Amino acid sequence: MNKQTPLLQIDNLQKHFSLQKGWKSVFAPSKAASLRAVDDITFELHPGEVLGFVGESGCGKSTMSRTLLRLIEPTQGVVRFQGRNILGLSRKEFNPYRRKMQLIFQDPFGSLNPRRTVAETIRQTINIHGLAHSRQEEAKLIERTLDLVGLKPIEEYWDKYPTLLSGGQLQRVSIARVLVLQPEFIIADEPVSMLDVSVRIGILELLQGLQKDFNISFLYITHDMITARHICDRIAIMYLGRIVEIGEADDIIQSPLHPYTQALMAAVPVPDPTAAPPNLPIKGYVPTDPKETVASCNFIQRCPYAVQTCRTQKPELRFVNNRHQVACFRLDF
Amino acid sequence: MSLLEVDDLRLYFYTKRGTAKAVDRVGFRVEKNETLGLIGESGCGKTTTALAIMKLIKPPGQIVHGKILFQDRDIVSLDKEDMRELRGKGLAIIRQEAQNSLNPVMSIGKQIAEGLLVHDKIGKKEAWERAEHQLGLVGLDTKMISHFPHEFSGGMKQRAVIAMATVCRPQFLILDEPTTGLDVIVQRQLLSLINHLKQELGLTALLIAHDLAVIAETCDRVAVMYAGKIVEHSDTVSLYRKPLHPYSQALLSAYPNLKGEKKQLRSIPGVPPRLINTPYGCKFEPRCSYALEACKHQEPEMMYQDGRYVACHLFQA
Repeated sequence: MNKQTPLLQIDNLQKHFSLQKGWKSVFAPSKAASLRAVDDITFELHPGEVLGFVGESGCGKSTMSRTLLRLIEPTQGVVRFQGRNILGLSRKEFNPYRRKMQLIFQDPFGSLNPRRTVAETIRQTINIHGLAHSRQEEAKLIERTLDLVGLKPIEEYWDKYPTLLSGGQLQRVSIARVLVLQPEFIIADEPVSMLDVSVRIGILELLQGLQKDFNISFLYITHDMITARHICDRIAIMYLGRIVEIGEADDIIQSPLHPYTQALMAAVPVPDPTAAPPNLPIKGYVPTDPKETVASCNFIQRCPYAVQTCRTQKPELRFVNNRHQVACFRLDF
Repeated sequence: MSLLEVDDLRLYFYTKRGTAKAVDRVGFRVEKNETLGLIGESGCGKTTTALAIMKLIKPPGQIVHGKILFQDRDIVSLDKEDMRELRGKGLAIIRQEAQNSLNPVMSIGKQIAEGLLVHDKIGKKEAWERAEHQLGLVGLDTKMISHFPHEFSGGMKQRAVIAMATVCRPQFLILDEPTTGLDVIVQRQLLSLINHLKQELGLTALLIAHDLAVIAETCDRVAVMYAGKIVEHSDTVSLYRKPLHPYSQALLSAYPNLKGEKKQLRSIPGVPPRLINTPYGCKFEPRCSYALEACKHQEPEMMYQDGRYVACHLFQA
């Protein structure tokens, strides 16, 4: 880990959605009756670092990423970007930061306007942020961006509508649209999960290249341990709004400590027909009733190793070594 | 005798811009109690092949040539009534994203029992009981029988869909991308379920996926499809050990690994060809790193070699 000042510092970030109805939700909000989508998250992201957030759907990954960009206002917590708490900023004060913090969506088929050509899509971003002063400048900027994301030859893509492009090409357009702003921080929310396996690598290589060439920091959100392993410096495992394990990617992959991380690893299908099918250590689905885990460990219903302590307390993240933190009571044995 | 035999199937879409050869000279057999995997990139004709077997192709798509023999009956020439009889009971399909196609205003139990009422000529009560049993078989709580789809999570819906498709005990089941769009843990649970059902019900199946690992865990044999054609057909173990066709090789080397050394990944350069007015020669030639002169002009024939089929000029000598 580098010793620079972090680009992004998240402290005790929380986002609760109230499940109460009527006047009670306003005058007597109860913690037990709210869905804790993001339940106390703390981490740092350094310049040029790729941090993976891995977890199942419904564990709060996307809600968390959207609170970082203030697309959803968090209930509580601090988000410092380059040392400044962006949550306290007014709309006007926050605008310059929007350019620096960008988001790539999961579904390239749905996130691009079908009535705009590739060039128009990027032009719109340029106009909104006032990046170009003349038509030529604008065209040059689009040209350079398309080149950067590997949509070559450029003339072939310039006037194409999204329906004529493949998933991989569309995702490159969405990356171009973000890249033209020269952001310092990009959240990639499952950028390859809807793409073919053979196309995924190309997109991941592209993201990796951008990180190296422009020192962009990435938050890579996924449910797939394999791709996380291949592009992340560090990985955080998330379960029901909390980070249960965080550390260097190699450490997490080679010695997963939290039972949930172990389950995520065991669940990955193996491309070897002779391998014995792995045994999944956990059962069931992500629970949907938040009342059951108000005081206990969030993972309790599915954990095969739960003891009495797990029922009465929430485990905090603790250092196993200086690069690896785990939130579990059962590491003492 | 094979349970299903597809012979020289050609399925074209006649559009304003030209004829798209979505499935071109495809042939394969599926023996009883065997699972055949069909793998390839999006748009290579996997789903179209599956829909052809179910006879669910709509214009402008048309089966131009070929036979699809199911228990020695040619599906291509069957009329609507016979086909209706066959679907659900003889042949069943779990379509892509099937978990999102459940009827939201009908209880799960009713949706499962529907097939039984049509095919097995049994009373409502008995159908309901069998639907309940079916839910247990796919690992769902039998109490959920009167629940509605919105009360189910994605993985549970997919289980319900599997229950629906297998309730009439079809002899042949097509699973089209059964785990795509689901989380890893749910995917693992479903793969175990599919393998369990294969044994329990003695299923014969065609499984379509673009994920090599999913195929490896469920299939006995694999057919690799590219641009409407099968380019390699072999048993699963040999294919993964030593892929013959350059496209199969490329697919395997683009697959990242989780365990062991981090492998150097190679993406496949270029994009699949459009299916309209495709050029002569091998369809993979523009992206192939071993392409010969002959590949440009002449389409490779399917060759038989050590129990495996491959269509590539490199093996024609």
